[in-house]
Amino acid sequence: MAEAPFGLLAELTHRCPLQCGYCSNPLELVRRTAELTTDEWRSVFDQARALGVLQFHLSGGEPLARKDLPDLVGHAAGLGGYVNLVTSGLGLTAARLADLHARGVDHVQLSVQDAVRASADLIAGVKAFDHKLTAARLIGEAGLPLTVNVVLHRRNLDHVAAIIDLAERMGADRLELANTQYYGWALRNRAALLPTREQLAEAGAVVAEARGRSRMEIVYVIADYHEAHPKPCMYGWGARQLTVAPDGDVLPCPAAGVIDDLGVENVRDRPLGEIWHRSGSFTAFRGFDWMREPCRSCARKEIDFGGCRCQAFQLTGDAANTDPVCSLSPRRAEVDLILAEETTTPAVLAMRKPAR
Amino acid sequence: MTDLDATPRLGKGVKTSYDQTRESHVVLFPEGVLVLNDTAAAVVGLCDGRTTITGIAARLAEDFDGVRPEDVAELVARLVARRVVDTDG
Repeated sequence: MAEAPFGLLAELTHRCPLQCGYCSNPLELVRRTAELTTDEWRSVFDQARALGVLQFHLSGGEPLARKDLPDLVGHAAGLGGYVNLVTSGLGLTAARLADLHARGVDHVQLSVQDAVRASADLIAGVKAFDHKLTAARLIGEAGLPLTVNVVLHRRNLDHVAAIIDLAERMGADRLELANTQYYGWALRNRAALLPTREQLAEAGAVVAEARGRSRMEIVYVIADYHEAHPKPCMYGWGARQLTVAPDGDVLPCPAAGVIDDLGVENVRDRPLGEIWHRSGSFTAFRGFDWMREPCRSCARKEIDFGGCRCQAFQLTGDAANTDPVCSLSPRRAEVDLILAEETTTPAVLAMRKPAR
Repeated sequence: MTDLDATPRLGKGVKTSYDQTRESHVVLFPEGVLVLNDTAAAVVGLCDGRTTITGIAARLAEDFDGVRPEDVAELVARLVARRVVDTDG
């Protein structure tokens, strides 16, 4: 038996008022009519808790777009889970927040696009910036812990000092500065988002300095294309967390749907625990036995788990290959070529389409 | 090493719970879970913002053998590093 998962990322809906061009949702967005019902989500939470899940990350899209969010929050909290609301902040009024807090939200993660209103609204595709300031104020007044999450890329990386200042003013307890990971919409927009090495070096120095003085916990997610070794993606396939998509598809990570022939299963057809422990999609890359060289004999496999399966699939066509961002991968030269070509050419950032 | 007169308390947004699946006490915080052994669970349970490290060690000595204040201080320091416990203020 595999170890039990700690976290469930519940993508309650793909509907969202924002249109960020780096959205981690898949290009094929789930339609509203295909979303799990309230009772189905309740059952997913029950099954997840029985399986060992302790953290419920209620995300989307925008989870506030689900009218039954208070009900789902209450259900997850009632199971003894830690309830993390992952939101754009749009539509978060004082009354809604008070209700969600009373029903058991433990923590709020609020997305911010940039430190400057005009730039932030341009990236979000809508006038979102002022709503986020309001949301942060309401979260602070409610006494809830706040994490501000900012996806970094070519268009805002130079503003990272101002972004850190903004998060301080918003009263954040934690700040996640996450360089864009290239899946879904971000992969489509990669040429418009990839930063230069110089941008990353400067931002890295700013972040290191801020960590020394800030009262916030600052988490910095690396830009893996520029690194010599891959990220420890999900801390291993099917190891700690699972994702349930709005339509009930059960995934080892939010991007895993891109891998052809993975055989993704749906919680409408098979119990969650069986999918976690026994499905082909979850066992395909669990542990170390699936690895080829250079990963198989590499000491770093215990550190990075061979990197990301989705990235290996997207860039090499085979999910069992070493993540090609690794300097030990025979395909690393292709990543260097992408960096050389795509960080020097201006490209248009295409907005995410709204889910229907 | 945490000062023996410090009075640790749980950090903002940190919850404790008992997990039947793992048959363990756990600490839940914004982006993580700590599965605690019995001693650690007892220490966390006494992080109430009033009891000193020395006091926690004395209470633990009632149930566990060979508990030294220095060991409690070291464990608390590890919990502080994970932002699960605060000792300032």
